[in-house]
Amino acid sequence: MTQESPSSDPAADALHALSQETLWMLAVRDTRDKVAFAALFDHFAPRLKGFIMRSGTGSGQAEEIVQDVMLTVWRKSAMFDPQRAQVSGWIYQIARNRQIDVIRKENRPVPEELHADQATEPDAQQMLGLEQEACKLKTAIGRLKPDQREMIEKAYLGELTHQEIKSQTGLPLGTIKSRIRLGLEKLRHELKDMRSDG
Amino acid sequence: MAEITHHIPDHVLAAYATGSLSEPYALVVATHLSMCLECRANYEAHQMLGGAVLEMASTEALSGDLKTGVMAMLDTPVVPQPAHSRSGIYPGPVMAALKGRPPRWKSLGLGVRQCILTGNSEGSVRLLYIPPGQAVPDHGHNGLELTLVLQGSFVDETGRFDVGDAEVADQDLEHTPVAEAGPPCICLAATDAPLRFNAFVPRLLQPIFRI
Repeated sequence: MTQESPSSDPAADALHALSQETLWMLAVRDTRDKVAFAALFDHFAPRLKGFIMRSGTGSGQAEEIVQDVMLTVWRKSAMFDPQRAQVSGWIYQIARNRQIDVIRKENRPVPEELHADQATEPDAQQMLGLEQEACKLKTAIGRLKPDQREMIEKAYLGELTHQEIKSQTGLPLGTIKSRIRLGLEKLRHELKDMRSDG
Repeated sequence: MAEITHHIPDHVLAAYATGSLSEPYALVVATHLSMCLECRANYEAHQMLGGAVLEMASTEALSGDLKTGVMAMLDTPVVPQPAHSRSGIYPGPVMAALKGRPPRWKSLGLGVRQCILTGNSEGSVRLLYIPPGQAVPDHGHNGLELTLVLQGSFVDETGRFDVGDAEVADQDLEHTPVAEAGPPCICLAATDAPLRFNAFVPRLLQPIFRI
């Protein structure tokens, strides 16, 4: 009836099913929407501060890191690719990188950034598939015994060595890996033809 | 040419994603992640798990002016730090470690060369240049050793390592990597051995014993 009614376009429907955080992030990325950024800030900044303080950082320094992280989210929003990442995971990595830079005073080596091919349409089904995997992951973490859950938290706070991580029984990440790989396949980049002759 | 066949093990990728890997190893992992689709997907899966942990973190109240301050800075122009991009066989992270300049090789004898990128008491990472048929220099390591091929290939007791392949050795692995025929083998190698030049010498007698 109107243009607002559920469309017959499955891609548009899938976009509407995306989480609030993803929609805010896309608004920041695509239209530099400050209201959406403020919403992201309200959601993530208190969690970031709690997360950073868990590893022993004081309140003042934690807030400095939160500020740097949120400004990076704004400035590097073009790098956010919802076909491969959730907003929380993307922000997690920015935060860990910043913590290492500040606390260990070393420049953390980072992989080459992979740019989404501007010419291809974003695949809404892929984005939605990834979000569904993220939901399943959160449910799986919620079902862990308290001590298992604590180990996961310690690991992702950077408190376990690779040997300690090895001896932990990890969460099943297999389907998530395949889903992210599908997202990566949609990019045109050098990873794919590193070993090809042409 | 075939796909990358030797990958970074999952627990090392997890350690890298969570930030618990020291800088020498992190450089090798970041470089492999710039070359390998499979490990990149696995690494990004760990980011997603980290994100889930962040989502579940308990919140801490913010100072009243933090948000105002950040919002006020959004329009402040920033000069973006130049990202080092791939140059020839060297992916971005290696170019960053080289500060954008070509490697400055130092001879170790028998045509073997090295270029140390960073090192401290916790470990070191270097580029190695091994002519065809030569053995990779011997060096002491007590824990993890990560080697990534950037050009050419080498073989050892555990297999054949081509461009993009990563070899992960612990103290239990006695191995003698030898560069294969073709272009010189150039590797990025991180060990926990302290940065002692004399601890890193070519295996002069190795070719004899390999017969």
